[in-house]
Amino acid sequence: MKLRVSRRYVPLLATLLVFVAIFCLGGLQYRAFFSLRVFTNLFTDNAFLGLCAVGMTFVILSGGIDLSVGAMVAFSSTLIASLTQLAHFPPFPAIALVLAIGLLFGLAQGAVIHFYKAPAFIVTLAGMFLLRGLGFVTSLDAIPVEDPFMVKLSTLAIPLGEKASLSFSACVLILAVVAAAVVLGFTKFGRNVYAIGGSELSVLLMGIPLARTKLAIYALSGFFSAAAGIVFTIYTLSGSAAAAMGLELDAIAAVVIGGTLLSGGFGFVAGSLIGALIQGVIQTLISFQGTLDVSWTKIFVGGLLLAFILLQRVFSQGMKKGGAAASQYARPAPSLSQAGSRAGDPAVGSTAGSGKR
Amino acid sequence: MIPRLRRLTSSPLTWPLVTLAAILLFNLLFTPGFFRVELKDGHLFGSLVDIVKNAAPVMIIATGMTLVIATGGIDISVGAVVAIAGAIAGVLVTRYHAPLLPVLVLPLIAATLCGAFNALLITGFGIQPIIATLILMVMGRGLGQLIIGGRVLWFRMASFEYLGTGYLLGLPVRIFVAAALLALLALVLRTTPLGLFIQATGGSAKASRYSGLSVGLVKFVVYTFSGLCAGVAGLVLTANIHGSDAALVGMYIELDAILAVVIGGTSMSGGKFNLLGSLVGALIIQSLTTTIFTKGVPVQFTLVVKAAVVVIVILLQSGEFRRQLAALVPGRATR
Repeated sequence: MKLRVSRRYVPLLATLLVFVAIFCLGGLQYRAFFSLRVFTNLFTDNAFLGLCAVGMTFVILSGGIDLSVGAMVAFSSTLIASLTQLAHFPPFPAIALVLAIGLLFGLAQGAVIHFYKAPAFIVTLAGMFLLRGLGFVTSLDAIPVEDPFMVKLSTLAIPLGEKASLSFSACVLILAVVAAAVVLGFTKFGRNVYAIGGSELSVLLMGIPLARTKLAIYALSGFFSAAAGIVFTIYTLSGSAAAAMGLELDAIAAVVIGGTLLSGGFGFVAGSLIGALIQGVIQTLISFQGTLDVSWTKIFVGGLLLAFILLQRVFSQGMKKGGAAASQYARPAPSLSQAGSRAGDPAVGSTAGSGKR
Repeated sequence: MIPRLRRLTSSPLTWPLVTLAAILLFNLLFTPGFFRVELKDGHLFGSLVDIVKNAAPVMIIATGMTLVIATGGIDISVGAVVAIAGAIAGVLVTRYHAPLLPVLVLPLIAATLCGAFNALLITGFGIQPIIATLILMVMGRGLGQLIIGGRVLWFRMASFEYLGTGYLLGLPVRIFVAAALLALLALVLRTTPLGLFIQATGGSAKASRYSGLSVGLVKFVVYTFSGLCAGVAGLVLTANIHGSDAALVGMYIELDAILAVVIGGTSMSGGKFNLLGSLVGALIIQSLTTTIFTKGVPVQFTLVVKAAVVVIVILLQSGEFRRQLAALVPGRATR
């Protein structure tokens, strides 16, 4: 029994181990590194990345992908900045409006993906273009945020000991992770998300509300990335449409490093949080080191991605062993879920010559 | 008449061509001088030449991407490979003062190796293509920046710059590069059964494997070729600005290339592919951008318009949407 439980959590534990290892490595080299302050700062500095990763976890668990999150962060922060700064909107309605837009935009993307059976990759790519464009339409230049409430939020923190404190953004991130973990682990909706990632066809046959669940998944991703945009605005105290370029990539990397299978159906939201923190700790370590080029961050993250993906392969092959499908040709999760989704939507398979329909 | 029309509308190349024609027609009506082509110093100038010139890098990458997508895969690392190839070329020119041949060949070898690395992960370890190529996409720009030392590397080398900015027979050289690559591929597809193998792999990898086809080898070839194509595009883009900028060169070009392939009528789930369609797709994207610029639309609207067109194309390609449309047209709903 004990062995089985630990087996499920192997990828998560491996991620945690890597994080602890890097953190200790930093602590051995630099005295100031091994402190609660550096640790809590990781949460503050990577809150927007973590929030995107939380939303992305839902999408990837269901076997989809959302490329629009980085652009959503940029658009949300631009919108908040221009609403509070230029239109003198009070901050609360501005924040509520941005969250609602994020939710609805995600919902719309989900609707196109589900009802028109369009590939999530292309739909969310169009979403990314649209949001980046709308961001630039809102304001071409970066807008500083001077709203007293927003400034207050950026300094608000729960003190922990003498030097360390947990900032507002960090609290939002932790709350979001806990909420998402509860939803995924203990609700019907959460189980449905995992089921869709396993096989869309089976979900349909089992009578699980596929449309509702899928739409909700993309709506959640939109909501979380809009929230990330708000946290990003508080963090940088400015709104810029050119911000957070390539953030979608970092979020996907965080989810994968966190042990979630990109083919869907397996993973934990806590892993995604640690995946985001690992990227943050590498960045902090490099800035402590001082001589290494910043580009090493990406190389390290890429190397970690490679290591974790290979680990996942070994792991999922281990799970399959002893099962009926353990022939040498059997491919574990990826091809199974692909076959499922392809059988589920025949329209995608034949768009090239589908004029006859 | 009607059956012929129906055959025409069911041809995969028709819709991309109609879209392109619509954009050009719009310009014919509303943009004076759009179709004017001038001869200056023996070079052709004009919006049309500009479109083809600027679309060439995406065309080159879309050529490789079409084959990858036809096998049911995807390669999102091409932008990073563009950066790596450009970085190597820049370092060879500035630090080693290398002659033209190594400046062209070594980056291409590196790019091909990048493609082979992707292929190894996909065929050797059975990793999903989007994840496998994600690794290089994340790492690649970092590697490129490391090669050039973290800043933009400017250089001057007339023979190399010719690849990006030169003219041959009045036309930009890079058009000939794209055409040569396509001709080479067309020759291979005509004289060998590779095209059939690719379609079979994309149609059903399992069935292909059971019928004795080496699916691994087919995939290896297409991903390696995609790397090579990205390398060629990287050389063209680097020569164009006579500088290596690993952080920005070819940014989001993978998305444009994938978009070109999908607009061109190749399905993302693999199987049938349409090389010419992908080229038309690249032309559509570029003529749209050029139109927006020449119409004097504020630059911030470029992406919004692009997004709108992508959404329309996605909907038009969706069988469900076509059925809804057909239901709106009286008389056809009963069919």
